[in-house]
Amino acid sequence: MSAHTEEAVHVGGTTVTFAKVWIVLLVITGAEVLLAYEQVPTLIMLTILVGLSIIKAALIIAYFMHMKFERLSLFLTLFPMLIFCIVLMLIFLGDATRIPVMRPTL
Amino acid sequence: MSSVSVATSSPWAGGQSPYATNSKKFGMWLFLISDSLTFAALLFAYTYSRVANPDWPKPFQFSPSIIFSSIMTFCLLSSSLTMVMGVHAMNHGNRKSAVGWILATMAGGGAFVVLHLSEWLNLINNEGVTPAHNPWNVPLFGATFFGLTGLHMTHVIIGLIYLAIIAQAVLRGKFKAEDVEVAGLYWHFVDLVWMFIFPLVYLMSARVGGPS
Repeated sequence: MSAHTEEAVHVGGTTVTFAKVWIVLLVITGAEVLLAYEQVPTLIMLTILVGLSIIKAALIIAYFMHMKFERLSLFLTLFPMLIFCIVLMLIFLGDATRIPVMRPTL
Repeated sequence: MSSVSVATSSPWAGGQSPYATNSKKFGMWLFLISDSLTFAALLFAYTYSRVANPDWPKPFQFSPSIIFSSIMTFCLLSSSLTMVMGVHAMNHGNRKSAVGWILATMAGGGAFVVLHLSEWLNLINNEGVTPAHNPWNVPLFGATFFGLTGLHMTHVIIGLIYLAIIAQAVLRGKFKAEDVEVAGLYWHFVDLVWMFIFPLVYLMSARVGGPS
């Protein structure tokens, strides 16, 4: 019954909102480039860069891809599975750290 | 009888869309989710190779590689904004404005491809990096780098063709607002993937200081 009223509300975001999101994305990108030239330990830099990238991805999905204005059921159908599969891949990453140690010294 | 009326009033009972979205948009979302897994696997392969090789090269000099890739990021982010504006214009029934915004989006994407190709040529000609060889004897770098960025560039080029088809159809009064929105979803996804490739591939391998 509520489908029609939701259709009317389903406009989602104004041009001002989109411009604000664009500026935030540019600022985060600038911060990332600056960070690349700071002498930060690799692991900390990787964590910060991936963290900022996830924030950027979330902004793009929520506002540009309209997910914020879709039904929760669509989000729940698509994203938990995706995140779960990506986390499954990361299980193997620890293995990569062993390879340099196992290499015979010449 | 009462149980039947309860069943039909549920959003999952059939006869209505539980996602309140059209099938084209849902289809595009399913494709994008599966495509994200492809890119996730490639990014993972890159990261795995990098962690497993302590002598992983840092071939990206500030000029031109980091400057170019930063401008490319700006181009893609701005083209996402123009795409949103195009969808917005189309939702308000303004076809001419929508076509203008889509063309601006294509200009951003075109600039991205041109800059990316010149960046590739710089790596191949000046740094001596090819998919199988490089001066630092870490052949996995070229393989994973060109594989990952090449697949992304292919997506951008397909996106440009997709947008060109949409733009000329919208101009001729064909297609609905939802078709532009579905094309927009694809374009934003291409932008989104670059938001991971840029820091993980370029910024993590920026050459700081002298040659390494």
